[in-house]
Amino acid sequence: MAGQSVGVVAAQRLHFSEPLHLRSGGVLPSYDLMVETYGTLNAAKSNAILICHALSGHHHVAGHYTDQPGNIGWWDNIIGPGRPLDTDKFFVVGLNNLGGCHGSTGPSSINPASGKPWGADFPMLAVSDWVTAQARLADCFGIDQWAAVMGGSLGGMQALRWSITFPERVRHAIVIASAPKLSAQNIAFNDVARQAILTDPDFHGGHYYDYGTRPLRGLRLARMLGHITYLSDDQMGEKFGRELRNNAFSFDFDVEFEVESYLRYQGDKFAGYFDANTYLLMTKALDYFDPARLDDGDLVKALGRTDPRTGFLVASFTTDWRFSPARSREIVAALLANGRNVSYAEIDLNFGHDSFLMEDAHYHGVVAAYLRNITL
Amino acid sequence: MTTLPDRPDFDLIASWVEPGQRVLDLGCGDGSLLKRLINERNVQGWGVEIDDANILAALQNGINVIQSNLENGLADFADQAFDHVVLSRTLQTVRHTEGILNEMLRVGRAAVVSFPNFAYWRNLRALLDGRMPVSEDLPYQWYDTPNARFFTLLDFEALCRQMGLSIRERQVLDEAGQPVEATRDEDINFLGSLAVYRLTRTR
Repeated sequence: MAGQSVGVVAAQRLHFSEPLHLRSGGVLPSYDLMVETYGTLNAAKSNAILICHALSGHHHVAGHYTDQPGNIGWWDNIIGPGRPLDTDKFFVVGLNNLGGCHGSTGPSSINPASGKPWGADFPMLAVSDWVTAQARLADCFGIDQWAAVMGGSLGGMQALRWSITFPERVRHAIVIASAPKLSAQNIAFNDVARQAILTDPDFHGGHYYDYGTRPLRGLRLARMLGHITYLSDDQMGEKFGRELRNNAFSFDFDVEFEVESYLRYQGDKFAGYFDANTYLLMTKALDYFDPARLDDGDLVKALGRTDPRTGFLVASFTTDWRFSPARSREIVAALLANGRNVSYAEIDLNFGHDSFLMEDAHYHGVVAAYLRNITL
Repeated sequence: MTTLPDRPDFDLIASWVEPGQRVLDLGCGDGSLLKRLINERNVQGWGVEIDDANILAALQNGINVIQSNLENGLADFADQAFDHVVLSRTLQTVRHTEGILNEMLRVGRAAVVSFPNFAYWRNLRALLDGRMPVSEDLPYQWYDTPNARFFTLLDFEALCRQMGLSIRERQVLDEAGQPVEATRDEDINFLGSLAVYRLTRTR
């Protein structure tokens, strides 16, 4: 791996006491955000990059904790001295979004009104709410303008939303493996995942915390389904094929095929640490995302709200069928129609939607080349 | 395609592009032409490339570059979005010749096209000697050439007439990059190694 890890990192909790009015009409009277930073903010505060996370991400983007050397950040391979997001040059900020389950205020936090966990009473969130909260986070650091806002998948949608909502506060938006809005098929997959959770007898209308239980079966199924959409058909075929665990059919419903073993393991692991209400909120935020909606579905008009000086890097992966290259090209075409400075790379990687998290010389080379040309 | 220092067709293109224009360079390679046009003519430029290494090189040069296959047309680009659309030493590699020329003049007000002239006398002599030509402007062996179409300056002008395209400028260069001095088109066709045109739709 080129470059170095950022090494030991520590998370911080920031409290925001100003109420946040949400797209859904709900209000959060106050809230906490968990944050990690890497590198040093320069005196002009012009070298900051915001990393927006996807469905299951959080603030621990890079490095490891002193007491947990094995707990490495989810995008560690791209951040650090000599890595594409070079922390010798940039100040990198990661956070856990509102509604999350890694310490930021979310459904498992205590609702000050009831003294009990919010559960199903936690207000519904939109990508624009996250971006508003992130803007307040930028204010905390005194960052008027990000050198770049960057994310993959749902994170890319936040970067795009930033460029529309706060055009003058984003010098570059890096949108990877993303889409301008979900397709009917995307929403359908999300709803099956939600139905798995909502129909779990342990869900208790979202107030399972009060019952000392968790809808593990539903969450596990939701993750198994989601995981299939993150991988490519070819990759699954290469990795598992029709391999049997015991070389012969057992003619029962236990784990027989290797792919079953893998998915069940992934489902169990995820259900062990993730909160079901957060999963519901995140998938709904994905479904609602449609920055062109208020412009009668005209993405060209919506992206015309970006600042002409903002630069864009859009990247997609050839084997990603969840957010295929065609979806990224919609973004690129709408930016081009506005005469925006945009570059687009269609990267040939075999890991489906998950490719954006992988280390690949060409992919990382593209990101590094783009970031190297950002002047501070 | 290939990147040569001091490409003489770049001088011509730079002289035809007005300051501040929007330029799209199809098959932009590492972005050298656009970089030059940005520095010298203050244009806003975008390149189109299919090749991963060129995408990376163009990004390293700080050029806007879009990864796309020209054979699939220019669907990502809006009508008349550019002042000049450049296709430099690439037309001969494109199979859908009429398609790409039509697309260039859909998205751009003017098209700039340069290509190696197959009727250049050294090429003809190579053929008379029984071998496929290899030259400064046709630098490949027959078995590794990316070129899909082999045509002459006169062939190209006949196609332009057939398609209703107006030739606004023409410059023909010899292998040393010097302008060919001749009056008859047949002589220019014989003496020129590289042809550079500026085209518009006939109005």
